[in-house]
Amino acid sequence: MASVTQKGRFGKYGGRYVPETLIPALDELEQEYERYRQDRLFQEELAYYLQRYCGRPTPLYFAERLTDMLGGARIYLKREDLLHTGAHKINNTMGQVLLAQRMGKGRVIAETGAGQHGVATATAAAMFGLACDVYMGAEDMVRQELNVFRMRLLGARVIPVESGSRTLKDAINEALRDWVTNVRTTFYVIGSVVGPHPYPSMVRDFQSVIGREVRTQSTAEIERLPDYLVACVGGGSNAMGLFYPFKDDPEVKMVGVEAGGLGVSTGHHAATLVAGTPGVLHGAFSYLLQDGAGQISSTHSVSAGLDYPGVGPEHSYFKETGRAKYVAVSDRDALQGFRLLSQTEGIIPALEPAHAIAYLRTLVPTLSRDHVVVVGLSGRGDKDVQHVSRIVQSSNEALSSP
Amino acid sequence: MSRIAATFDRLRGEHRQALVPFVVAGDPDLATTGQAVGALARAGADMIELGVPFSDPVADGPINQRAYQRALAGGVTVRDVIELVGQARPAVPVVLLSYYNPIVQYGVGRFCADAARHGVDGVVIPDLPADEADELVAAARPVGLDTIFLLAPTSTDTRIRVVAGRSSGFIYGVSVTGVTGVRDRLPEEIRELVGRIKKLTRLPVCVGFGVSTPDQARRVAEIADGVIVGSALVALLEQPGDKVARLEQFVRELRKAIDAVGARGAGPS
Ligand SMILES: Cc1ncc(COP(=O)(O)O)c(C=O)c1O
Repeated sequence: MASVTQKGRFGKYGGRYVPETLIPALDELEQEYERYRQDRLFQEELAYYLQRYCGRPTPLYFAERLTDMLGGARIYLKREDLLHTGAHKINNTMGQVLLAQRMGKGRVIAETGAGQHGVATATAAAMFGLACDVYMGAEDMVRQELNVFRMRLLGARVIPVESGSRTLKDAINEALRDWVTNVRTTFYVIGSVVGPHPYPSMVRDFQSVIGREVRTQSTAEIERLPDYLVACVGGGSNAMGLFYPFKDDPEVKMVGVEAGGLGVSTGHHAATLVAGTPGVLHGAFSYLLQDGAGQISSTHSVSAGLDYPGVGPEHSYFKETGRAKYVAVSDRDALQGFRLLSQTEGIIPALEPAHAIAYLRTLVPTLSRDHVVVVGLSGRGDKDVQHVSRIVQSSNEALSSP
Repeated sequence: MSRIAATFDRLRGEHRQALVPFVVAGDPDLATTGQAVGALARAGADMIELGVPFSDPVADGPINQRAYQRALAGGVTVRDVIELVGQARPAVPVVLLSYYNPIVQYGVGRFCADAARHGVDGVVIPDLPADEADELVAAARPVGLDTIFLLAPTSTDTRIRVVAGRSSGFIYGVSVTGVTGVRDRLPEEIRELVGRIKKLTRLPVCVGFGVSTPDQARRVAEIADGVIVGSALVALLEQPGDKVARLEQFVRELRKAIDAVGARGAGPS
């Protein structure tokens, strides 16, 4: 898969597989992003908003009761759930919307699965005074009803997507079609480390604030780097944001946790890196869930934010080189993780990072108390409470002790 | 010389413009597509473009999306489409339009070899920009498969040079900043785009995306070397009744409208 320019490649992954109409816009975005990445005023302004508006830095919190309960390594939570709008997504949307404003675009569009990226984009657009349209799969609009209402309150238009599986994948298709049509006036704010170059690098850079803070905080708190970083992977932005600043520290191990749905062997899951194969979707060459003829599979996860058949190309590269390891956690275990964190630490996580929490039950008991595991707590669970209560009612599953 | 290049040579000598109808292979089933290919050639198509179905066609509007869904419901694959061409063997060149992933999964080299062997003349991949196409071009050239890349109203002169350098057969000029679909009117910017392309390459330029009526086809034929009509034909296949007869009738009307242009058109470049 050599290309003329090797633009935006992570090993053989990445690239720009989009309609020709978008190529000049991607070239422009690449140049402008490169310029502002090195622009001190831009970076200072972004840092200002991340601090005063979003609430950075977020704490690195020692989860003492959870640590005691699981009986192994010490567990620290990187509290992205405490950010304005309730998830890490705002780190990226502040960066991209600020860039859109600098580039003179009057309108932003976004896709959203769980609604967190849509809310974060609508928030930044409201704050900077830009028009905002968000594409959301009709099925996700039901699962994440509260976030639909939040986006509308923030002045965004939420456009239901009825095509395909009516989830995140189809919302991205529709956002790309909108962008192809309105590319001259519109900035597409992609919500994860996916899409054509330069998005995977740009979103990674905006999210890397997570890992940079963890570096500083763990050095201050434990006087060394953590042994393990654990984060959930949908498209992979919170995981990449946590991992990337440690990529050249071989002593720091990384685990990405994917959505195992009803079980990887059932075919009803979204564990792209665990069970997929490489291919081209949404502008990049990366791991995909697909059939033998190259048609994209429909996915299943209890969590809308992980319910996606693709993954960021840099994660594919990390998988190939072994820099990070990827595992899957089922819906059932994630729901247990959801309640485990709620009841041991008084923190209701979003269903996405509940997958990472659940994986701790496997990882942590194999390690000793000298080891430190940092978990990316990418978002809070307010958006999921209603959805989980419906599941609990329909399955008669008691929400008592973990 | 490829069959596509020879077709444009001949048309140039006759002062005519190419009519290139598009349908999705397997919509609603492969047998209908087989009949449609014959009907399109009879009705005066100079080339036939067949769409390979894909689950996530980001360059397509709702009409073609539905057609791909119908074909996928029948389980149609790249291999089926190649074999269909091998059986139909129409007298005019055939171009496959496919998104890149089905070709990647089939194997780019194997795809080019099998397609050429079954009588496919060229390939258009709407989500593969020319500068990502090393592997495709390297596999297509030796087997004589033309690689047709797209240019859009947003394309700069630099892009035109990159695309022209890797294209063979013809260049696909996208008429609108947007996705495929039926449109009431075509934007003026297509004239400007074709003009800029013509300044930088001698390759023929066919214009598609949105060309829906005989009158629009005629106006496109006045500025370009060929007219690609897709969604308007696909929409006819969605209606109940004798789909193929309706398709043939409409393509005859398109042919007549284009032939009315004749030597007044863009002509030899
Ligand atoms: C809280 C939270 N975590 C994680 C994700 C998954 O995205 P990513 O893998 O890009 O971090 C989402 C997506 O909606 C989310 O809302």
